[in-house]
Amino acid sequence: MTSSALALPQAMPRSGWLAERMPLFVVVAILLVLWYLAAVLMNASLVRDGFRRADTKYSFTDLIAGTMEAARPVVPAPHQVAINFFDSVFDYPPDSPRSLAYHSWVTLSATVVGFAIGALFGIGLAVLIVHLRTLEKSLLPWVIFSQMVPILAIAPIIIVVLGAVGIHGLLPKSVISAYLCFFPVTIGMVKGLTSPDPIQLDLMRTWSASRLQVFCKLRWPSSIPFLFASLKVSVTISLVGAIVAELPTGAQAGIGSRLLTGSYYGQTVQIWSALVAAAIIATVLIGLIDAVGRLTARRMGAAA
Amino acid sequence: MALGSSPQTSIRPVERLPDAAAGDGRAAAAAAPALTVDARGLSLTFQTRDGEVQALANIDLQISDGDFVSLIGPSGCGKTTLLRIIADLERPTAGTILVNGVSPEQARLRRQYGYIFQAPALYPWRTIERNVMLPLEIMGYDARERRARMERYLKLVNLSGFERKFPWQLSGGMQQRASIARALSFDPALLLMDEPFGALDEIVRDHLNEQLLRLWDQTGKTVVFVTHSIPEAVFLSTKIVVMSPRPGRIIDVISSAFPRDRTLEIRETPEFLKIAQRVRAGLRSGHSYDE
Repeated sequence: MTSSALALPQAMPRSGWLAERMPLFVVVAILLVLWYLAAVLMNASLVRDGFRRADTKYSFTDLIAGTMEAARPVVPAPHQVAINFFDSVFDYPPDSPRSLAYHSWVTLSATVVGFAIGALFGIGLAVLIVHLRTLEKSLLPWVIFSQMVPILAIAPIIIVVLGAVGIHGLLPKSVISAYLCFFPVTIGMVKGLTSPDPIQLDLMRTWSASRLQVFCKLRWPSSIPFLFASLKVSVTISLVGAIVAELPTGAQAGIGSRLLTGSYYGQTVQIWSALVAAAIIATVLIGLIDAVGRLTARRMGAAA
Repeated sequence: MALGSSPQTSIRPVERLPDAAAGDGRAAAAAAPALTVDARGLSLTFQTRDGEVQALANIDLQISDGDFVSLIGPSGCGKTTLLRIIADLERPTAGTILVNGVSPEQARLRRQYGYIFQAPALYPWRTIERNVMLPLEIMGYDARERRARMERYLKLVNLSGFERKFPWQLSGGMQQRASIARALSFDPALLLMDEPFGALDEIVRDHLNEQLLRLWDQTGKTVVFVTHSIPEAVFLSTKIVVMSPRPGRIIDVISSAFPRDRTLEIRETPEFLKIAQRVRAGLRSGHSYDE
């Protein structure tokens, strides 16, 4: 599960686990150094003010040390985030509202349900658009329009409307998440379902295949690579959607609520560790889809 | 190019074969063999952004049952378009055409022909055996029949042992053979072949030509074969249709009397060279006003 989950498969000779991942480690090391530098620079004035207010003398090393362990830093140092992350994940039972694992689970479940709804809806829409020529002209503009409306404006409306008909909890968040994530699936699948070669379509015609047969035996298999590519984009968007849905509603739980309470109370470290949790969830989800995609590609005879 | 030359006036006199001539050695067949393809006054005009393009003008063509007919001509002469009309992949804008006595659409719906394209167009996610069985799946053959036919026709094209391979694991010639097995799998009486060996090297092409000829001889199918290779056309055909572009029309129809079980050696005979010479002359005359 590395950040290269999005990258194309590389035809690299096997040359040892470490050597293969060296570039990744170098990048991570550079980022950490830059992060520490930023922490020092951004927190310095804050720490200096603290020393002045307490009227204590301080050396340069005191100042540096202070920027590393400020309670409410502008930019928390990496180790602060790491410690906060592990504490809030492992120090509480997983069903405690203080546990980051609990909040992650709340967001993850809304994400997965929203992703499933969005992906199915996106595929269904693409199938309709491909098979009913008129829909491409009449429906597609609305699909694009739906994505231009800021989700932060729509989210409260959806929550209120669904709440009025008695739907609370996970589903409204999932709907918002689905609203955001169906779009790449629709676009990708319209492309995928129309990707067969004209000759392959002509062949189907010479065999006088029905539209259903053309779909099942040609269009659908042709679209599989497009499907997985768009699912990878869409799953991260559905996570963003779930988090965004937690913001305007003042949700009691979820990564979004952690971000919200963190910013209310100036708990920057908490915000950052919530972001780390979101990043990990996204990486795991993409990695899963990537793995399923590779497995499917192998079963469909892709050159190894 | 076609400087205002109306298609009707630019048609050259076409030597027409008497229908009985095709039935030479096959006394067992009816005196006048049935027509597999009967096109009369066929024209097709495409509407493009640059205006109308006349792809075919006033085509008359009769193909008898069991014939091996080659359509030969330079690019743009409409030979592929003519084949696609027979297959109901294009509709003519004028004229009539019957395939096996019915409209091309009826013939297509009755699955009376197999079409082989220049590219093998195998479905890359299907193994060779599943590619060959695909039309059978679509036509609703049961699983045992599908398997039996797949094995029979893969053997016929010398691909036994490659059933479980994916297309990308096969050479271009092998892929094209697999696509021929696929077209044969539902046993259509008519094979439409659009430059099937055009993308292959000459050695493979010679080999496949011989195999195709043997297959045609054994199965008694009717073949319509598009090519722009003169030796290929003369070697394979019982009837060579020479076409010319802008607008696509028939310049000459040449019948050849080589035996059905001919071999590559006939290419050295004077008769072969004479026919090839006549094809070349036809092609040249069709081109003359181009320069």
